Amino acid sequence: MSSANNLDTLYRQVIMDHYKNPRNQGNLEGDSLTVNMNNPTCGDRIQLQMKVKDGKIADAKFVGEGCSISLSSASMMTQAVKGKSVEDALALSEIFSNIMQGKEYDEDRFDLGDIEALQGVCKFPARIKCATLAWKAMEKGLHEKEA
Amino acid sequence: MNVQEVRKMFPILDQKVNGKPLVYLDSAATSQKPIQVIEKLDEYYRNYNSNVHRGVHTLGTLATDAYEGAREKVRKFINATSTEEIIFTRGTTTAINLVASSYGRANVGPGDEIVITPMEHHSNIIPWQQVARATGATLKYLPLQLDGTIDLADVEKTITTNTKIVSVMQVSNVLGTINPIKEIAAIAHRNGAVMVVDGAQSSPHMKIDVQDLDCDFFALSGHKMCGPTGIGALYGKKALLNNMEPIEFGGEMIDFVGLQESTWKELPWKFEGGTPIIAGAIGLGAAIDFLQQIGLDEIAKHEHKLAQYALERLREVEGVTVYGPQKRAGLITFNCDDVHPHDVATVLDTEGIAVRAGHHCAQPLMKWLDVSATARASFYLYNTEEEIDAFVKALIKTKEYFGNVFS
Repeated sequence: MSSANNLDTLYRQVIMDHYKNPRNQGNLEGDSLTVNMNNPTCGDRIQLQMKVKDGKIADAKFVGEGCSISLSSASMMTQAVKGKSVEDALALSEIFSNIMQGKEYDEDRFDLGDIEALQGVCKFPARIKCATLAWKAMEKGLHEKEA
Repeated sequence: MNVQEVRKMFPILDQKVNGKPLVYLDSAATSQKPIQVIEKLDEYYRNYNSNVHRGVHTLGTLATDAYEGAREKVRKFINATSTEEIIFTRGTTTAINLVASSYGRANVGPGDEIVITPMEHHSNIIPWQQVARATGATLKYLPLQLDGTIDLADVEKTITTNTKIVSVMQVSNVLGTINPIKEIAAIAHRNGAVMVVDGAQSSPHMKIDVQDLDCDFFALSGHKMCGPTGIGALYGKKALLNNMEPIEFGGEMIDFVGLQESTWKELPWKFEGGTPIIAGAIGLGAAIDFLQQIGLDEIAKHEHKLAQYALERLREVEGVTVYGPQKRAGLITFNCDDVHPHDVATVLDTEGIAVRAGHHCAQPLMKWLDVSATARASFYLYNTEEEIDAFVKALIKTKEYFGNVFS
């Protein structure tokens, strides 16, 4: 595979679209579950806010600094978990983690939508942490809420 | 210095990465190792691996002689007066921590000041934060000029008679700034403070003379100067080291051990608890031999030329911001328009070019620069102008690639 093709598996059009036009960027008003997370090895940061009502993620927004992979992943993650139950959000996060590690995953449980575009990241081991940052923040927030 | 001949001594450079010839521009993170160092390690493990300073057998004597011989090489390399002043450590981080934990905690009190700069590596910030917290001292920062240099007038103003420790890096791993250590040390001494120097980025690239600098402590890392990882050294003036307590206790560093109390060996061994980094020290000795054979002045000249050439070439690339002063050591930290440094590094990697991206263990400096991260290309004796051409070409390609996917 030529390097340009190889790059195209990483920087898919839909990823660049989320990077350029992030969905759910900003702060939530009123009380919310707030998680700050950073990737100390590279300086990426995210602040994720979620409103959880009746076991469902009613709303989610983020602000952050980082590369195209980390910010597009945050954008896609918020898009994907909004409206999902806490249980489903955590299950999706596990699927995402498996995708990143190049492992088998349950393809039928969720419609992955845009998230599928991040599959190419698993071929760039140095960038997996960029993609998983927002998801780890989401998991942390939901686990803290449960505890 | 013939770069092509030098390159032949670094077997790792002769390979392809992602189908392209490797262009290694990350020596400020860690340098590559010449065959002389690799063979020295191999020879030690094959022929005379043994513990040092104990036993009477032949291999033990060989290992001890080689280990202590390496100490003499380090002494000569930085022109210390005596090998008693050379302590082997795991690297610069451990060396600075030793000074902070031993000298710092014993000699700094409430109301005292420790002075550092915002350009320091985390390893020359956090140990002092910890000392300040434990002792009630204040951690003060020297201001930086807009180009990332230090003005001595600011040093005069910042260091006071309350200052007990001044700790500054000789060369910045981000800006490439070469700091006026000798002048800062003189101001520190006039105010009764000791001068600590983080030499991690200077010792690989320029002649060091600790007596001329008149610094009180000097820390270096072997792996940045063609040596193995896991070995470094701390230089300290004998009078200071003699009055300092060890921070690691155990085998190797003791004189007499009783049931309730013990006494320490003399310098430098009282600071080297446990079986020392024998192979690492021997490898560092070989690296010093190698560097001196090439000549530090030659290496500095070569890197200076590369850095100036790279600066010139980068000016041709629209949208590239370079950080740091014009007069600099052999590294260039930059950002490229809207392309995040991680993305730059990933695209360059597909072209076989290794650069560093991130905060370079200098988060306060990133804040000062008002960026979250940067990319960095750093040069060493084995890099060539052709490699810089390849780097600039790949950078242009990166911009085009992201220009296309954005449109």
